[in-house]
Amino acid sequence: MTMTRYQRIQGLFVLVVGLGGASLSHAIDTVTPNPAAIFAQALAGLKSDDFDQKEIAIRQLAASGDPRSAEVIKALQDARLYYSTTTGEMVYLDDSGTSVKASKVLSGETIAVVDISAYDKVGVNNQLRAVIKELAAVLNLHSPDRTLRLAAVSELVGEVSPEKLTLFRELATKETDPAILEMLNVAVAIAELDNKDNALWLKALATLGDSLRPEAYNKIKSVLRELSGATDAESLRVRDVAQAALRRIDGQREKYQFIKTTFFGLSLGSILLLVAIGLAITFGVMGVINMAHGELMMLGAYTTYLVQTLLPSWLEYSILIAIPLAFIVSGLVGIAIERSVIRFLYGRPLETLLATFGISLVLQQIPRTFISAQNVTVKNPSWLSGSWEINPALSFTYNSVFIFIFSMGLFLALLLILKKTNLGLQVRAVAQNRAMAKAMGVRTEWVDAMTFGLGSGIAGIAGVALSQITNVGPNLGQGYIIDSFMVVVFGGVGNIWGTLVGSLAMGVVNKYLEPWTGAVLAKILVLIFIILFIQKRPRGLFPQKGRAAEM
Amino acid sequence: MDNSVLHKLKLWGTALVLGATLQVVHAEDTIKVGILHSLSGTMAISETTLKDTMLMLIDEQNKKGGLLGKKLEAVVVDPASNWPLFAEKARELIQKDKVAAIFGCWTSVSRKSVLPVIEELNGLLFYPVQYEGEESSKNVFYTGAAPNQQAIPAVDYLMKDLKVKRWVLAGTDYVYPRTTNKILEAYLKAKGVKPDDIMINYTPFGHSDWQSIVADIKKFGSAGKKTAVVSTINGDANVPFYKELGNQGIAASDIPVMAFSVGEEELSGIDTKPLVGHLAAWNYFMSVKSPANTAFIKQWHDYIKNPKRVTNDPMEAHYIGFNLWVKAVEKAKSTDTDAVAKAILGLEVPNLTGGTAKMLNNHHITKPVLIGEIQANGQFDVVFKTKKEVEGDAWSDFLPGSKDIIADWSAPINCGNYNTKTKKCSGQVYK
Repeated sequence: MTMTRYQRIQGLFVLVVGLGGASLSHAIDTVTPNPAAIFAQALAGLKSDDFDQKEIAIRQLAASGDPRSAEVIKALQDARLYYSTTTGEMVYLDDSGTSVKASKVLSGETIAVVDISAYDKVGVNNQLRAVIKELAAVLNLHSPDRTLRLAAVSELVGEVSPEKLTLFRELATKETDPAILEMLNVAVAIAELDNKDNALWLKALATLGDSLRPEAYNKIKSVLRELSGATDAESLRVRDVAQAALRRIDGQREKYQFIKTTFFGLSLGSILLLVAIGLAITFGVMGVINMAHGELMMLGAYTTYLVQTLLPSWLEYSILIAIPLAFIVSGLVGIAIERSVIRFLYGRPLETLLATFGISLVLQQIPRTFISAQNVTVKNPSWLSGSWEINPALSFTYNSVFIFIFSMGLFLALLLILKKTNLGLQVRAVAQNRAMAKAMGVRTEWVDAMTFGLGSGIAGIAGVALSQITNVGPNLGQGYIIDSFMVVVFGGVGNIWGTLVGSLAMGVVNKYLEPWTGAVLAKILVLIFIILFIQKRPRGLFPQKGRAAEM
Repeated sequence: MDNSVLHKLKLWGTALVLGATLQVVHAEDTIKVGILHSLSGTMAISETTLKDTMLMLIDEQNKKGGLLGKKLEAVVVDPASNWPLFAEKARELIQKDKVAAIFGCWTSVSRKSVLPVIEELNGLLFYPVQYEGEESSKNVFYTGAAPNQQAIPAVDYLMKDLKVKRWVLAGTDYVYPRTTNKILEAYLKAKGVKPDDIMINYTPFGHSDWQSIVADIKKFGSAGKKTAVVSTINGDANVPFYKELGNQGIAASDIPVMAFSVGEEELSGIDTKPLVGHLAAWNYFMSVKSPANTAFIKQWHDYIKNPKRVTNDPMEAHYIGFNLWVKAVEKAKSTDTDAVAKAILGLEVPNLTGGTAKMLNNHHITKPVLIGEIQANGQFDVVFKTKKEVEGDAWSDFLPGSKDIIADWSAPINCGNYNTKTKKCSGQVYK
């Protein structure tokens, strides 16, 4: 496998050296007498319908030594290389959304495009994409841009052919960036393990033992396989070193796996917290079983969608705009539900349950009727896409980090509202003893409406965050309603600290169970555990104390 | 509460749809066609489109003068993504509305729920979705793909063209993925893949927290052998799954994902830029250039009055199924179930990708297998197509239990579950 990839890259090596250093340029001239002619011929070959023919053309292109080939490869990667169906001329197509411009590859001349259907895209498939990625990496090895260089070296680790080893050694001596340098050293070490030289092996193994790259791990494993039958003392010594290196990596990997699983658990827990925290108010504090809670989140998610649709150029800030809007939309809907239905049903949980379930069906039908029964696209702003890579064994996706911080922030905000504001004081007073609060002049009806509005508004904010990780459609809320009730009951009704601890604990337990049992069984086990727990402690983790609890 | 609200909504919906699309005709001189697709609940997302497709096809047929000199009349019911309700509604359609044929169902469990009713009352059901096979009923015509028309060719493509050596079989936990993965696992092992190189993972319906599973796939794929994911993950769970793939930086050129349940419709809810190159296997793609497809897309856009709506594989299946039924009724000169079921065998109609679909004796049809790569615009580019249509195989050749079983609804076998070794027909009893 590696050998064929070596051969594939071999052709490029010529080009790299040609672009990178002048030392071998003389030799290239003799190999490729007319780069421009080869370039033009290879370019024409890209129009072929056959992917194998295209691959040959791309390789010719890269090996031609023509300086324009880098741009062509970049354009292929970005899918903006087209050709005219009438003249067959290759162009770079730039679609700015309002106007389309094409610049001819061969002449560089720019023309305005009236009819885009007169151009066909040079299509690529996965095999070609891999080839192009490698070619681009080789071209970027000398890039002055740090990120491009890092990506290029990262792509080529494990693919360094003996011919290229010299180049990589040379790059390593010149590299100043520590991260890239480390990766170059690993790449060189892996390549050196192909030589049958015990001294070199020991040195290489020492480098690889500190690397968490999977290529290094796999290479050490293959070395061990090679040495499995060896009997001479020297080979045995190398084997011991290799085994020690493997153990070291395994230890590191285990440590990071532990951190990762814990984080995944906390991240799942933070999503549970997010969906449950609004309910912790409406159900926990007010005692209303609100089956439409999920639909209030759904409204929040649709608010995000509407913000993105109405302000397409503000995509990066759409979440920030949607948060207050969703709070208002869901909060108002919540108040409307409370005033029109729930207030007549206080103290009748069964009827409340049925009535709010009905409301949830009505709310679901609203986007189905007015927007579409299909899911809608909510885009992720670029700052929420991708992942934060700490090392090859440990990375966190930005959106999960964001949601974790976000739900903690929301929790703190709620805590402050309940503990430090006048509204919070009244909410707690009404929840603890309605008659007494009324006697003290608290407008309990108004407090009920505001509390329900607050819980609903927070559900709307949760919906904004959910729109970043899951489907936005009429059914969004249904998937979370069970989980959210479970968290509140488990944590202890009426105690938002319980909701925090309960949700995080459930998330972490779920993620530790998952590798052993699979996702389906893990969910079932958590559910069984909670049922048993509730049997033992019906008031949840942190039961409310005092007279209110007896009500 | 639940039922009455639903019922009212359903009545409203039906009334609106009928009012808008059909002229009022007398019941005596129409042929009724039942449409059994969920218009509410979790499956509404997929099935509403099929209801619209059927109404469009019926409308079109009426413009051409109807069938046997009568107008067609659509009877739309809403089984509300509720599996037992599918059976009830099917009974209602056959007994009360006396429909000539039913077009409907999406999930296998809804089909299994309808099956006893349709057999008891001797109705006709055209089922338009790719499924796990291992079934052939006298009263059901399967116009979606059987596993050998989707899963097996897709795995062959990964093995031969992408040189995949290590396999992740990921699916939602229900009957279609479980059976399909069982078939694929047996097939891969028969091809010499070691058990160590196969990872199987099931997730609940609507699973949304994919972090750890995607991280596991990444780890599994970093062992130095080319790895691919074969995904039977059901519709809704796909969006968070693909988002997580994109966020964890798994590109199609590293670990390609081959999906069997992700079509144009599902992609319309995702930003597809990070997913370019991931694969899907179907028998139809909207991007296929053929005169029939261009006409179909235009007809759809005109009918639904939204030029952005996509077409998809199950829509083509209904297109084929409806045309086959029309042709069979014309041939039999009757809408009687037995006459139509006999007449339809061996009939051919054009499909939308430039080939023909033939109704086989096992009640499955011939279909080309297409493999497409996701593009940035949410469409698929076809990268592989079988040279000719593949015949649907009701009973998989790769499962020990069904290797010797065939379905043949023509004389003299006349059986959906016939053992070629023991020469015995096990009737309608399915495992």
